[in-house]
Amino acid sequence: MKILVCISHVPDTTSKINFVNGDAEFDTNGVQFVINPNDEFGLTRAIWFQEQQGANVTVVNVGGPDTEPTLRKALAIGANEAIRVNATPTDGFFVAKQLAEVVKQGQYDLVICGKESLDYNGGMVPGMLAGLLDYNFVNSCTELTIDGSAAKAAREIDGGKETISASLPLVIGGQKGLVEEKDLRIPNMRGIMTARTKVLTVLEPVSANNNTKAVKFEKPAPKSAVKLFAADDLDGLINALHNEAKVI
Amino acid sequence: MSLLIYAESADGKFKKVAFELASYAKKVAESLGTTVTAVTVNAGNVSDLSKYGVDKVLKVTNDKLGNFNAKAYADVVKQAAQKEGAKVILLSSTTDSLYMAPLVAVGLEAGFASNVVGLPISTSPFQVKRTAFSNKAFNITEIATDVKVLSLAKNSYGVFESAASTTEEDFAPSLNEADFNVKVASVEKATGKVTIADADVVVSGGRGLKGPENWGILEDLASVLGAATACSKPVSDLGWRPHSEHVGQTGKPVATNLYIAVGISGAIQHIAGINSSKVKVVINSDAEAPFFKVADYGIVGDAFDILPRLTEKLAAFKAQNA
Ligand SMILES: Cc1cc2nc3c(=O)[nH]c(=O)nc-3n(C[C@H](O)[C@H](O)[C@H](O)COP(=O)(O)OP(=O)(O)OC[C@H]3O[C@@H](n4cnc5c(N)ncnc54)[C@H](O)[C@@H]3O)c2cc1C
Repeated sequence: MKILVCISHVPDTTSKINFVNGDAEFDTNGVQFVINPNDEFGLTRAIWFQEQQGANVTVVNVGGPDTEPTLRKALAIGANEAIRVNATPTDGFFVAKQLAEVVKQGQYDLVICGKESLDYNGGMVPGMLAGLLDYNFVNSCTELTIDGSAAKAAREIDGGKETISASLPLVIGGQKGLVEEKDLRIPNMRGIMTARTKVLTVLEPVSANNNTKAVKFEKPAPKSAVKLFAADDLDGLINALHNEAKVI
Repeated sequence: MSLLIYAESADGKFKKVAFELASYAKKVAESLGTTVTAVTVNAGNVSDLSKYGVDKVLKVTNDKLGNFNAKAYADVVKQAAQKEGAKVILLSSTTDSLYMAPLVAVGLEAGFASNVVGLPISTSPFQVKRTAFSNKAFNITEIATDVKVLSLAKNSYGVFESAASTTEEDFAPSLNEADFNVKVASVEKATGKVTIADADVVVSGGRGLKGPENWGILEDLASVLGAATACSKPVSDLGWRPHSEHVGQTGKPVATNLYIAVGISGAIQHIAGINSSKVKVVINSDAEAPFFKVADYGIVGDAFDILPRLTEKLAAFKAQNA
């Protein structure tokens, strides 16, 4: 089984979010980048398939040279090889188009994406990729097992869970649950050493329409200060929620 | 040309987000000088949509669509859009609608913007505001394609009545067998419980509640408010509460009218996931807890003292205002 894990390179969750160039671009100054948390669950699941079922795992990112440390980290966690499509990810469709090309060239059976990346929160790449490839698709995927070409999956639904059967080739939008939090892999010394010699191929992008364009960014208006009530003034709180906020 | 919405239903009843989407669509249609068509799948009685400005309903009734299937539903919406010549297709932000939206966009070669908040900033060029960086910023996105797909962030617009005389039409799109290669084997859904996705009020507990045995006081408060219960990440990691209750940047997003956080410090990853809730209340014994910086109302105090008294007072208040 050939698995492709799509890795988004995103600011660490504690990053300060600021913009430069007339608010047209994210300010990467001082920001630490990490593997997108949803993708980390998917990557660890892929490594499980590698260890238990002999799968071959490739990781891919669409991004500039600055994203290579994130791909090296994925290699250190255990991926067999990496691909970087050398392009600025301008919108979700552009990224999906690049990934679709990589999947076609590499004939992957299973494509694991995160259901959403924590920077632009678009949540569209996995679905667009499945649409472009006409592969089966499971989003918000919380469990996945593969037996031959048969896949069993679970997905989170509002208020519960759905179990699904499907067949390869398959694209998933993964999240927490694919593996337990405690089973997430952190690179060890040996992994880091071997990652240095693993293959990282750089591909040039294919042309794709710019369906959407990020024009500029805005920060939310500053919030007014919290209104405090004393612990013995619960009536004050109830009154405010009813008459002022009108939420009860 | 009209504007198309997919009005989502469950068990033959529209979800509240369907009415919010219709309300939003009505306003967008006005600015575009067009009408609103809704497509529904096994929705039963669709007359409620006429209260929210929907001019025409395309009713799809098909047993094969009994369980949600992203590809098949996306195909239904695509065919409805083509039939109506719709240039703008609006979807809500439920798990199901978010699942199908990118497929609709690819099918119609449309540009797609998700997490849209507020009315379009301009319709020519077509620019919308969307949340990004886990609610820490907004992004103005321009959609350049002829056909556009938008998903509206939950609870970001509101529900507004606008009476319309609605025509109903049965619609039988052709379904593609291959779409059903992804099959639902079983569905587990808690019945009779308010879900975090649907709730108007969410009551959430953190490590400050000390242990799972103390959740009763939180559940009592939730029950008086008709609220869903939620928790911080460590609480679910510790197994005090099920993972499905974990909210925040890496858990479920919450965009509710009222979010009450009890014994939650307000770490940046927690806030990122709940910040689009309208009104936030914090109860925490530490006046320095970061949650106080983002909350609208707060009480510095011991949850074990406050919650039972608050529940009792709210019950009395509810009884009086019923
Ligand atoms: C990559 C990443 C992703 C993350 N994603 C999430 C996420 O999605 N959601 C999330 O919640 N967290 C997330 N976290 C964890 C986050 O950083 C915090 O650790 C977590 O939110 C803290 O949970 P807490 O507020 O319950 O616990 P604590 O931070 O321990 O806070 C407990 C609070 O309870 C108060 N307290 C104690 N006793 C009482 C009492 N008797 N009465 C009232 N108050 C009391 C204390 O003053 C304290 O403020 C993430 C972390 C990382 C690194």
